[in-house]
Amino acid sequence: MSNVELTCINCPLGCQLTATVENGAVIKVSGNNCIRGERYAKNEVVAPKRTVTSTVKGVGCRVCVKTVPEIPKEKIFACMEEIHKTEITSHVHIGDVIIKNIAGTGSDLVATSEG
Amino acid sequence: MKEVVIIGGGAAGLAAAIACYDAGLKDILVIERSQFLGGILNQCIHNGFGLHTFKEELTGPEYASRFIKEVERREIKALTSSMVIDLEPHRVTYVNSTEGVNTIETKAIILAMGCRERPRGALNIPGFRPAGIFSAGTAQRLMNIEGYLVGKRVVILGSGDIGLIMARRMTLEGAKVLAVAELMPYSGGLKRNIVQCLDDFNIPLLLSHTVVNIEGKERVEAVTIAKVDSSRKPIKGTEKRFECDTLLLSVGLLPENELSKKAGLTLSPVTGGPIVDNSFSAGDGIFACGNVLHVHDLVDYVSEEAALAGSQAAKYVKEGFKEKEYIKVSTGFGVRYTVPQYIQKGCEDVMLRFRVTDIFKGSSIVISSKGNVLKKIKRQVMSPGEMESVKLNFKADEDILVEVVNE
Repeated sequence: MSNVELTCINCPLGCQLTATVENGAVIKVSGNNCIRGERYAKNEVVAPKRTVTSTVKGVGCRVCVKTVPEIPKEKIFACMEEIHKTEITSHVHIGDVIIKNIAGTGSDLVATSEG
Repeated sequence: MKEVVIIGGGAAGLAAAIACYDAGLKDILVIERSQFLGGILNQCIHNGFGLHTFKEELTGPEYASRFIKEVERREIKALTSSMVIDLEPHRVTYVNSTEGVNTIETKAIILAMGCRERPRGALNIPGFRPAGIFSAGTAQRLMNIEGYLVGKRVVILGSGDIGLIMARRMTLEGAKVLAVAELMPYSGGLKRNIVQCLDDFNIPLLLSHTVVNIEGKERVEAVTIAKVDSSRKPIKGTEKRFECDTLLLSVGLLPENELSKKAGLTLSPVTGGPIVDNSFSAGDGIFACGNVLHVHDLVDYVSEEAALAGSQAAKYVKEGFKEKEYIKVSTGFGVRYTVPQYIQKGCEDVMLRFRVTDIFKGSSIVISSKGNVLKKIKRQVMSPGEMESVKLNFKADEDILVEVVNE
């Protein structure tokens, strides 16, 4: 059994978390103020995840995008490569899917601005 | 005669407008300098906004769009591409390309102009003045809205949140961020941003370091960073030279109060914003909220504060000016400032926001009046980079003192 100290990244409170790890799995999380902290610590020790945000070329403007849900941390640059190759040729709204199953992560790239 | 004119259509202005409408005002005008509503949120494309307000994690443009939709649904009038150029109590002068210069009368004014970035000129960095030196927010705008990668090898001075966010953004877009240097022995940004913007990408954070030289004639060619001593003076022999083409500055934000000065308001030398009471009134029917009042770390708090300012402005419009008695909020050891600085006598449940002067561990916030402790709250960690909020769940009858007490 060992303890891992983490800073929760879910919200600006940045709670200091302690995750107790046994046989590669988190068995206890303390220091969190909400359920997101527990979820974060459990993921972070075993398989860290991140939301990637960027922009893609749209019609006359940049369109802001994010990955939904979060993707495995090691896939960040694979996602960026796909984002860099993408160009939108018609107008989109917030929430529209721009790339389905980006970089084989199972997550979608979704528009976060009107464009 | 308008009921209320709101200057600025960003996070604060939008929330204030909605609150004014919901409190019964109908003749509301929002004046926004840029082409779009939403303010600086539009360029903050990263996630992490709105967990307090909407209980979900949004990006800046998504957070702004929620408020813009609410403004549109209420058919609140907003003038974009219009700049307020003069201000006095009950009178606003603005200019735009269709109306020219126009002066309007109003019962109340809400200041929501936000803040601007501290520039290189405020730092006295020696060296040449080539292209490639940007404030972090300018680089953020160029990158996220205009679509330009402003540099390929980057050094960042200052560990404010925008600098940290830009370290990650530039890395994702293919630039190499060599280091983030911070003058203070602690970071000015949120802990979560150190973790997800620097640690994730192995970008070194050099605490107690500053830039001592910038090289390059046409474009930045190298930046030299040195360690500083406890009086923040560079230590000889600790210089490190980084070959790079870009220097980003994330060295603080200043409330944008040129108009407030024109209106004759008293500004706090500490916050740089107007001095207000707990109704966010700066006097003469002028209210202030958001980053123009004091710089926030969290947009959720801006929205919350602006909504309160909006409802108080509406109350003022409907009831007119009423003479009030005030108590003063003083700052003691460890407290840099408080907002509000005054509280109307007899008010309850006032939210006091402030920043501490240093990193404190295991200390308490103590609020007292004439030596009697009214409230004491223990905090594991307090840092100047993170705003503190305390609700005064007692009736304010006498002047109070806010201080940090080490156990």
